[in-house]
Amino acid sequence: MTKKSETKTLSEPESRALLRQYEIPCVSDSLVEGPDAAVAAAREFGYPVVLKLSGAGLAHKSERGLVRLGIGDEESVSRACTDLLAAARPEDHANGVLVSPMVEGSREFIAGCYRDSSFGACVMFGLGGVLTEALADISFRLAPLDHYDAMGMMSELTAARLLDETRGEPAADRKMLAYILEQLGVLICEREEVVSVDINPIRIVDGKPLALDALVEVRP
Amino acid sequence: MGKDLIELFAPLFSPRGVLVAGVSSHPGKFGYVTLHNILSSGYAGEVHGTNKEGGEVLGISLFKSVVDIPAEAVIDLVFVCTPAASNEQLLRDCAKRGIKAAFLTSAGYGEAGDEGEKAERQLVDLADELEILLAGPNGQGLVSTPIKLCAQIVAPNPPSGAIAIVSQSGNFVSSFENFSLAAQVGVSRAISAGNAASLSVSDYLDYYSVDPETRVSLAYVEGIPNGRDFYQRARQVTARKPLVVLKGGATDNGQRAAQSHTGALAQDDRIFRGMARQAGIAQAFSVEEAFDVSAAFATQPLPRGPRVMILTVVGGWGVVTADAMSDSDLVLADIPKDLEKIIDKKLPARWSRNNPIDCAGGETRDTIPEIMAIIADHPEVDAVLYLGIGIQSNQAKMFRTGPWGNDPDVTRIIAYHERQDARFALAAAEISEQTGKPILVATELSLTDPTNAGVKAVKDSGRYCFPSGPRAVVALNHLWRYSQYRKKSNRTK
Repeated sequence: MTKKSETKTLSEPESRALLRQYEIPCVSDSLVEGPDAAVAAAREFGYPVVLKLSGAGLAHKSERGLVRLGIGDEESVSRACTDLLAAARPEDHANGVLVSPMVEGSREFIAGCYRDSSFGACVMFGLGGVLTEALADISFRLAPLDHYDAMGMMSELTAARLLDETRGEPAADRKMLAYILEQLGVLICEREEVVSVDINPIRIVDGKPLALDALVEVRP
Repeated sequence: MGKDLIELFAPLFSPRGVLVAGVSSHPGKFGYVTLHNILSSGYAGEVHGTNKEGGEVLGISLFKSVVDIPAEAVIDLVFVCTPAASNEQLLRDCAKRGIKAAFLTSAGYGEAGDEGEKAERQLVDLADELEILLAGPNGQGLVSTPIKLCAQIVAPNPPSGAIAIVSQSGNFVSSFENFSLAAQVGVSRAISAGNAASLSVSDYLDYYSVDPETRVSLAYVEGIPNGRDFYQRARQVTARKPLVVLKGGATDNGQRAAQSHTGALAQDDRIFRGMARQAGIAQAFSVEEAFDVSAAFATQPLPRGPRVMILTVVGGWGVVTADAMSDSDLVLADIPKDLEKIIDKKLPARWSRNNPIDCAGGETRDTIPEIMAIIADHPEVDAVLYLGIGIQSNQAKMFRTGPWGNDPDVTRIIAYHERQDARFALAAAEISEQTGKPILVATELSLTDPTNAGVKAVKDSGRYCFPSGPRAVVALNHLWRYSQYRKKSNRTK
């Protein structure tokens, strides 16, 4: 069994690159080295934007205040970028700041894959956001999984109705979500170096699932 | 492969003769109980026994050693009640005279610390060397109803039927057999896997899946040493026949990388649940559910769709049964217009006009069988739940035991009520047979008064009398899921 100390996490841009390779839709982003480039990137995406510190040693960024949401103007972007770089610790292996457009949607899910000591490669889907661990409204399948399995993972959630048309937002594209889960299964089966992947959250934006953050743990 | 498995397991489940090693003269000992259970269950093969001192027990002359048994005795299976220490010599002697299978009740193996584990590994190696099929150790025995063999250190001897049982807990074999006996929904084979040192739960399930006497397998599992292997083999089983699994022990022994949420949220029982759905396993979450579902698979055809019609003479049960369906993949179908018109002619104007079809106490002599046949036959109905059998027979019982039980009018109505309930039960079985659709009959009388004429008639018709409407819904939901699973598997093949 792989111990924590024997694995490392990929930086967020690397993690997203891996997901994109498996056709998992991720929010657009731009990795910048300083405030001027951050402002330029924000202008490109349009406001508001999200800024996060990027680094191979970063696992739980929100808890350390390293994710700045809904930034609305150039001055704030510049300041946030400077602050984030200043907050970096040596063990974070910071390689810059990641700028992304702020996408709207009230529904968040979590998806992931990992290797179980008994069942082997597994894929997980569940209710995302702050209640993920408290409610543990999640379902598993063994990888690889087919479309039918992936659809079942969604309908098994207590919160399955959140995937239907909800509070003025269109129904989530279940086929697209199923494809993401199937692709996570392909990824964990193909990539021997990958220990686990967390996509947390997957936000439903105008009905389409979009990965906003990803954490990939690999064997060195 | 199927034929090989049947040949491989024949010495265990279809032995031509059985040797009980370690017979005791004391009725409190396993060696006595086993011999008693074999001899009293109608097994037609040869039965022999050994005991260090020889002697005679239950009319069987005991040999002091296996080597003393005459060469012409035909024995395929040895049932071992001797202590672990003497088993090596015993198995060597058995192998020499052609015994092909051994069931070991003996304790002191894998369950007994490091020394026991070592002894268990040696036992497995020995069995492999001797080419003996090894069941147990530390198990309670086996049942094979096609040959009327009940070789167990516990009761009961279940009736014959189509459910095959394997359990990691010996007590659950006995418990499921008790359910079988009470429900008169029978068992084909049953075995307590014990420590499963050599033959594993998956091995027995492989055999059950090709066993012509078995329609459904029922497994109780606790620890699964290799989840991935269990999954892959379960898929082979469910490709042939339904498999019901009850899993005990929600404890989580897995060691996992703590970096990810996915890893942190993964627990054995959560993954097991997902794996079960993926493998087409009907996972039960209680002992009662496990038997209900097995009995349903054993006695009902698979539904071809989710649309269920509830036919009830008990309003409240109809409502709670309909409620139970909201937690299932089943659909409480609207009554098709043409069906409503037909039913209109058969029931008083006050009938419910929706599903559940509540007869509103307006039944005449033929109402129930007629309406049941009409709804079951309708192309937009996939299954029927019939609630309220036995009510009149329940009154009949009260008449019979009351002060006017011998009054001619009362005796006449007693006979009428009981005849009617028996008719309804038979109709449910016959219409199900004709239409190829499941018709599940449920009443609490199944538990509260198994002697009730309605309940008895359901059993006599070869079907399971469900103890409640909601329990029937849970079972039917498993049948529907399995039906879909098979359809999907056939498509993707």
